Amino acid sequence: MSQEHISSQFDNELEEIRSRLLHMGGLVEEQLGNALAGYGNADGRLLGQVLVNENEVNSLEIELDVRCTHIIARRQPAASDLRMVFAIVKATTDLERIGDESAKIARVAQQIHTRGQMLPGAFSGLRVASSIAREMLRDALNAYARLDPEAARSLVARDQQMDEEFRRVLREMLTFMFEDPRTISTALDVIWIAKSLERVGDHAKNIAEYVIFVVEGTDVRHRRKPESAGTPAPGER
Amino acid sequence: MVSVVHRDQTRSAVAANTLVMKAESIGLNFHYGDFQALKSINMPLYEKKVTALIGPSGCGKSTYLRCFNRMHDLYPGNRYQGEIKLYPDDTNILHPAVDPIEVRMRISMVFQKPNPFPKSIYENVAYGLRVRGVKKRSVLDEKVEEALRSAALWDEVKHRLPDLATSLSGGQQQRMCIARALATDPEVLLFDEPTSALDPIATGSIEELISQLKARVTILIVTHNMQQAARVSDFTAYMYIGELLEFGLTDEIFVQPKNKRTEDYITGRMG
Repeated sequence: MSQEHISSQFDNELEEIRSRLLHMGGLVEEQLGNALAGYGNADGRLLGQVLVNENEVNSLEIELDVRCTHIIARRQPAASDLRMVFAIVKATTDLERIGDESAKIARVAQQIHTRGQMLPGAFSGLRVASSIAREMLRDALNAYARLDPEAARSLVARDQQMDEEFRRVLREMLTFMFEDPRTISTALDVIWIAKSLERVGDHAKNIAEYVIFVVEGTDVRHRRKPESAGTPAPGER
Repeated sequence: MVSVVHRDQTRSAVAANTLVMKAESIGLNFHYGDFQALKSINMPLYEKKVTALIGPSGCGKSTYLRCFNRMHDLYPGNRYQGEIKLYPDDTNILHPAVDPIEVRMRISMVFQKPNPFPKSIYENVAYGLRVRGVKKRSVLDEKVEEALRSAALWDEVKHRLPDLATSLSGGQQQRMCIARALATDPEVLLFDEPTSALDPIATGSIEELISQLKARVTILIVTHNMQQAARVSDFTAYMYIGELLEFGLTDEIFVQPKNKRTEDYITGRMG
């Protein structure tokens, strides 16, 4: 992967899709950060901005799909080149989904602030989940940029931490709802946000798995890790 | 019969001055004696772009190519009808009053099998210039070097210009033939299956060279290797039994052809 192709045009095209993906990643990171900041600071303008920028994320998804289709049609990539293009197509979808989740967070945050009922400690309750989600996304994009399978592997393990944090927020919100039914609307909204953050973690993990696939050719998706054997995943008994 | 595919996108590109027509065949028919090999072909050739002709054996792609440098004149019983206009001067190169030698000065050809003359590398590349009457050694030296550089061969042969061209490898011989074709500063370069006789690495070098050459010359290439057409060309023409079935941007033809028969050929569904 370090050596150049005989066709410099092919090199340029591959470099182009790699950098467009990173550009999309940067935009999506910003979206997530802004949605969470807007929620924490009750910044209606920032939340509105996130919703507007959704369009740009969606356009990038379409653009990348078109570019990748053309590369496949014209260059017939093989081996690591093929895995790279394949991974970019898939990562594009995951990034677009993270964009969607960020927009959802922004919308729900707008609802919470319009209702005017912030629960005590609701933001600090999400602080850990927010931070895990943002780190996982940042680390996934870094692992992709450097094509670093080790960094990618450590991310895959962190997904477990995110799942646990989501369950903790769920329990905390349930407590609020039992103690005071008037908090139900907002508590549910906070759960939606926590769920979105958990989904962001999943998508970041997917991206990390593609990095391993590109570099090593191994598909590590859907494998149970030995250390999680004692803890059921959400939805399992 | 022809799916006029490209008109919208390329028309706007022509309007935006990003696409200029270098040549155009207008109602081109061709007969080998009684046999009609080309049927009313109307096809543009855009300047400083690579246009590929693809299609099954016998579809007329080489026949079409050879109209451009009047190769068919060499054999009796061949008959052109219609026009091939060369721009910007609007010359119909098929017109009997137009000298084929003049046409071949403006439109050069590279063949499938490298065909070095039994002369030195230097004399091969200088040949066309000498035919044109260039005698001055310094001019010849400069033009030969420039042509060999353009063909990405200079560094490999600069110390052995007096050697026989036949001492070069297959890929090098082909690049020398390209240098020879470039030495006369042609406006159009015709390639007739230029890499069929070469190994994959030599093929890759020639394809890379073609991508670079289009900055200075318009290229028309016949290839039976569809993937090569996909890699190398900006525009693709699909021909079938003497007719032009589809013409368009290579990106479009290989991703979303408009004619079902083009799709059948490209996907290998044609028996």
